[in-house]
Amino acid sequence: MINRTSYLTRSFDVPEGYLLAAYERSGGYRSAQRALGMPREIIVDQVKKAHLRGRGGAGFDCGVKWSFMPKDDARPHYLVVNADEGEPGTFKDRAIMEKNPHAVIEGALIAAHAMGAHTVYIYVRDELHMAKARLEAAIAEARALGYVGERPFGRPWAIQVFVHSGAGAYICGEETALLNSLEGRRGEPRLKPPFPAQCGAFGDPTTVNNLETIAIIPTVIELGGDAFSRLSALHDFNDGGVRLFGVSGHVQRPGLYECAVGLTLRELIYDLGGGVLGDRKLLAVIPGGSSCPVLRADEMVHVLGDPRFAPYDGKSVLDLPLGVDTLRTIGGMLGTCCAIVLSDAADPVLALATLMHFYRHESCGQCTPCREGCGWIERILDKLVAGRASMEELDRLTEIASDITGNTICAFGDGAAQPVLSFVRKFRREFEDYVLTGGRSQTRTLVA
Amino acid sequence: MEFALSAELERELDAIIARYPNRMAACIPALHLCQRANGDWVSPAVVDYVAKRLDLPAAHVEGLVTFYSLFNQERPGEHQVWVCRTLSCALRGADTLLAHCEKKLGVKVGGTTGDRRVTLRTAECLASCGTAPMIQVDQEYHENLTIAELDRILDRLLYED
Ligand SMILES: Cc1cc2nc3c(=O)[nH]c(=O)nc-3n(C[C@H](O)[C@H](O)[C@H](O)COP(=O)(O)O)c2cc1C
Ligand code: SF4
Ligand code: FES
Repeated sequence: MINRTSYLTRSFDVPEGYLLAAYERSGGYRSAQRALGMPREIIVDQVKKAHLRGRGGAGFDCGVKWSFMPKDDARPHYLVVNADEGEPGTFKDRAIMEKNPHAVIEGALIAAHAMGAHTVYIYVRDELHMAKARLEAAIAEARALGYVGERPFGRPWAIQVFVHSGAGAYICGEETALLNSLEGRRGEPRLKPPFPAQCGAFGDPTTVNNLETIAIIPTVIELGGDAFSRLSALHDFNDGGVRLFGVSGHVQRPGLYECAVGLTLRELIYDLGGGVLGDRKLLAVIPGGSSCPVLRADEMVHVLGDPRFAPYDGKSVLDLPLGVDTLRTIGGMLGTCCAIVLSDAADPVLALATLMHFYRHESCGQCTPCREGCGWIERILDKLVAGRASMEELDRLTEIASDITGNTICAFGDGAAQPVLSFVRKFRREFEDYVLTGGRSQTRTLVA
Repeated sequence: MEFALSAELERELDAIIARYPNRMAACIPALHLCQRANGDWVSPAVVDYVAKRLDLPAAHVEGLVTFYSLFNQERPGEHQVWVCRTLSCALRGADTLLAHCEKKLGVKVGGTTGDRRVTLRTAECLASCGTAPMIQVDQEYHENLTIAELDRILDRLLYED
């Protein structure tokens, strides 16, 4: 059963729902007012109880992350909100910024208070001009009422919120690259440890959270952590609450849908997305941004030894509730929860070639396996598509991708390897066809 | 050629610098501001200006300009058109849009029309996949595009002021 909600999205269809007046009419800023009167530990505890898994892609528990921030440390503390949204297929943070910017600011106030931060930077991808303008306007409105500034809600704990623009580099979404970029350096990821909570922005304790993670915080406070978590069908998997589900590509109604965590791909594609475009059959889905392994429509779930999976065992992967750990357990990844749908009109070889062009373009070049590997992969795929690649070269794709995995400074490397490893394994026949027929056997199109 | 900001933009830059604990952090915002004031590109004079203003080595500023793709090292056309070519848009016909742009503008990706009105570029996923295919024109998004609509947009860029 689909459980659609409207905590983050209720302002989306309201005329001028992005203005402070509209936000306050629907209860906005009451959570911040309450939370800023609560001890830090209580807020962190509520967020832990919410089982709020980071919405940026890795799905790390938000409350646990916040608890890593030092308590008796005289250095300045920072909250950095990650709105670099660049993961192919992902379009949720932009919508929140444009249509509900005050939720971001209210969430940031609560989070800053809970972590002892006086300064919040919202790092927004440069291209998102409308989003930046809406955030700036919202900050100005909140500042005029004293919610942001020297004494938010009368409390003697100043909180400043600033928008910081990126300048065109996907890698700056990776949190340590983002910190370097914020500091005015090239956006090259840093080795971890040290982790940002010890040594983040300007060498000081910092938490980086995805923008949607921050925007849902007022709802966590409003409902209480446990009640928030229980909205989810995956409360037992410690994956709580509600989130935005995106669907794009070959569906009738692409878009964003806010639902309780635990929606299935079948519900997302057929019920919310209106089914596959042009009465075609479903070929495959990339569940949450291009760095997630692709799933074939005919894949089955087989998980032994975990009673929580008993209801799904032997069923289609399309009927598995979408969650951080449910997908991880079957060897997949939830990522950003914005699915890309491919109908059987789409050629999986071309789909991978399109994606790998992106990764070659965006590698920051610090690590040899990633820098060189992404280039080799792109060149082999180009040859393959042109019908000039050999079987050995096809196998080289998997070798190169395996050599990238685990051998790099940041997770970009794994993100680039995953599509290669999954596409080539799951669509082996289509890839071999390109070799055997000199590239003539496929539909050679991506468009449904 | 020397580069300088107007008094008003100087004040804006001072306000930006005050947001950060050190001057280096203001470097990317400063480059954005100066690029806009300089007809949308970062000339060597802009690099020198930002370096002096923020007390940074020019090589550091240069390093940023080459790393980040949205700092133009050459003056682009009056308008910039980016066609998103990443997967969600590709599944919805981005290739056709791009081919149409190339034909209509008479330039290849990266090129600028002879009258310097339009520079054509491709973009990687612009966070608009649910409304694919899409293009960005200067600061504006055009989503759910058809060829007919694209045609009207390009006409405006080419023939209207
Ligand atoms: C290559 C790469 C790109 C990333 N891009 C983004 C991004 O655009 N937005 C985002 O929130 N997180 C992105 N992340 C994840 C961040 O590193 C980080 O985990 C996240 O911002 C933490 O927020 P969360 O815990 O609230 O999810 C990216 C990670 C990698 C490796
Ligand atoms: S894995 Fe790739 S993107 Fe990440 S630091 Fe290494 S070279 Fe840069
Ligand atoms: S793929 Fe074009 S906007 Fe995302």
